[in-house]
Amino acid sequence: MTHDILISGFGGQGVMAIGKTLAEGGMKEGYEVSWLPSYGPEMRGGTANCSVVISDDMIISPIVLEPTLLIAMNTPSLVKFGPNVIPEGKVFVNSSIVDMAVERTDVSAYYVPTMEIAQKLGNPRVANMVMLGAVNHVTGLLREETVREMLSQLFTGPKANLVELNLEALRMGAACAANDACMIWSNTHEYHD
Amino acid sequence: MSKELWKGNEAIAEAAIRAGCRYFFGYPITPQNEIPEYMSLHLPEAGGVFLQAESEVAAINMVYGAAGSGARVMTSSSSPGISLKQEGISYLAGAELPCVIVNIMRGGPGLGTIQPAQGDYFQATRGGGNGDYRLIVLAPSTIQEACDHVRDAFDIADRYRNPVMILADGMIGQMMEAVEWQPSESRTLPEKTWATVGTGGTRKPNIINSLFIDPNESERHNAHLNEKYDVMRAEEVRYEATIPDDADVLFVAYGTPARLAKAAIRLLAKEGITGGLFRPISLWPFPEKPLNEAASAASVKAVVTVEMSLGQLVDDVKIAVNGVKPVSLCGKAGGIVPTPREVADAALAALGRK
Amino acid sequence: MAIVYQKSKGLTDLEMHYCPGCTHGVIHKLVAEALVDLNLLEHTIGVAPVGCSVFAYNYFNCDMHEAAHGRAPAVATGIKRVLPQNTVFTYQGDGDLAAIGTAEIIHAAMRGEHFTTIFVNNAIYGMTGGQMAPTTLVGQKATTAPHGRDRAHYGQPLHMAEIMATIGGAAYSTRVTVVDMPHMMKARTAIRKAFQMQMEGKGFTFVEVLSTCPTNWGMTPVEALGWVKDTMINEFPLGVFKDADSKEGS
Repeated sequence: MTHDILISGFGGQGVMAIGKTLAEGGMKEGYEVSWLPSYGPEMRGGTANCSVVISDDMIISPIVLEPTLLIAMNTPSLVKFGPNVIPEGKVFVNSSIVDMAVERTDVSAYYVPTMEIAQKLGNPRVANMVMLGAVNHVTGLLREETVREMLSQLFTGPKANLVELNLEALRMGAACAANDACMIWSNTHEYHD
Repeated sequence: MSKELWKGNEAIAEAAIRAGCRYFFGYPITPQNEIPEYMSLHLPEAGGVFLQAESEVAAINMVYGAAGSGARVMTSSSSPGISLKQEGISYLAGAELPCVIVNIMRGGPGLGTIQPAQGDYFQATRGGGNGDYRLIVLAPSTIQEACDHVRDAFDIADRYRNPVMILADGMIGQMMEAVEWQPSESRTLPEKTWATVGTGGTRKPNIINSLFIDPNESERHNAHLNEKYDVMRAEEVRYEATIPDDADVLFVAYGTPARLAKAAIRLLAKEGITGGLFRPISLWPFPEKPLNEAASAASVKAVVTVEMSLGQLVDDVKIAVNGVKPVSLCGKAGGIVPTPREVADAALAALGRK
Repeated sequence: MAIVYQKSKGLTDLEMHYCPGCTHGVIHKLVAEALVDLNLLEHTIGVAPVGCSVFAYNYFNCDMHEAAHGRAPAVATGIKRVLPQNTVFTYQGDGDLAAIGTAEIIHAAMRGEHFTTIFVNNAIYGMTGGQMAPTTLVGQKATTAPHGRDRAHYGQPLHMAEIMATIGGAAYSTRVTVVDMPHMMKARTAIRKAFQMQMEGKGFTFVEVLSTCPTNWGMTPVEALGWVKDTMINEFPLGVFKDADSKEGS
């Protein structure tokens, strides 16, 4: 099993954080992992992307050119990387801002209105965790305890309350992906619950 | 030991602190900035000193001063910054001072690009500064290996009284992988009786110097250095060879391209071609003899050098292979990383199948 | 027999290579005597430059580093950061300090590095054969300014002691000379004060010493001493440009 994951979006959408959480969580679950960011001045305010490889075998190349799983947090990411996803691959679309459907029929598309769900939880900053929840539901890579453990190390002291909020975002994302409606493109950005 | 997820640059810095490095002098340049940033926070916690210098030139000369006073000291930079440090590196080698220099390579020439490249191979292995001198050059291809190399580098530097360079491409600096911190082998290292710490009135002054104005004395000094380099050639060669008995093609690559060559070997396997990988880990001293033996295997029809530069490593490969098999180059430069497909196609071309 | 004069224990027995009439030897002696009298010599590390005093590491009877051209302040920074309790000094000429090593000296002062710089200004490159220095006077001939330094082409001399005085980390900056006994006594005091302030942790200390180069100036030793007094001092006035001690006192 090897997941070649590409996560792409605007700077500030938590693209790098989704990748790091996947990589670190994967490591804690006993997999081999790598995380590779795009870097450079164009990252600021422009597009940001990172490659994450999670495998039960030694990781050869950390560069993901043909993802088995693409997380497109904005439209340019879907346009740019959508065609590179392998046949039978998975495409997770942040349908809150991506204004187009996945046209390919040889991949599975999941439309996750991350911002609407995050808004429901009262904190737009957990949108990336919503997406992670959806991805995790489909791939089954990380256990909730593992994510909780990581969040508990990240959020301590006065920020400790963010652990539960992020876990709730993870669950809501998973619930979204569990609903068949999430595989149907809708331009109303409506949240099916 | 538990695994921890580390970014290459930060892991290199942490590994240095764990190896007893207590002084770091550097200057900002992408893509190695996480090294000085990490040092600025964590070296003082370990009782050390971090200093951001006014230039790369000043930084390496601060290293010279600190090393001469007997400290474990490191600097890091990326390609254009390493060019600026060459003066100091030559003086360090000439005065026989131990230190560790990290080069997280980016594309060149000139200002180039901040994307990963390996265009500093000649500079690292052929000197770079003036005069006849050598650095031990270690090239990691994983974060774990980068940590292990840094750990070993300080001991190697102390053993030979010689600078050691860690040569990694920007990819190694920027990516994250799991690291297990390995305790260093406890080596018996020579005491630094030559260090300038003040005579204390008990001995003659120590002089840190690379000036030998009398050509006869200068020749003797060079001969002494070369004897030391011969010991390094005999004792510090490192490489990894993953070569099946029936390998049709032998890839030679270091750092990130070595990983891509492994991916290409998997692609070729699906096409009925067996590939092997010879990965030099010490770029100087170069594993000349082991590579010659690997290339001499009867099944090997072609040797393909994969590098993120346009024909640098391949020179050493040709010297090592010494005509026993044809050597070709799959090179990319300017910050572009070759794809496994391109590497596999280069092998097919070398085998006359494309 | 009574000893009436003895070479300082701060200097080795080696014969110096300096030209007749050059005052490097006097300046070496003043530095060495200061280190001995202040009881610092055994804990001192000196840094020699590239230039006429390149062999200074053979003359000072303490641990020494030979630095690359202009880099002595960076080397001294490395040493002093490792050995904060020791005494550290650089001994540099005008090409070394005021041309190729300008960045290093300015930034060492900026950081308030706790070492002392002895800056020997003789307004010319001596070792390489009389080329123009950043401190060469306007109109002064040099082998790379055969018609004399032309202001329109090369600008005017750098006044390093004044420049150092403007830098926050510098605790002491002065200009002295050693062309006669009264000046020598003032130079002696200045050098001692610089080392004392270093050891008291006051900050960076800088002593510029106007020196001679009869060989490259094309003068006799006596003429050269006179030229410093009559001409060079007019361009480079002697005096204390910064003294953190007196500021504290006032």
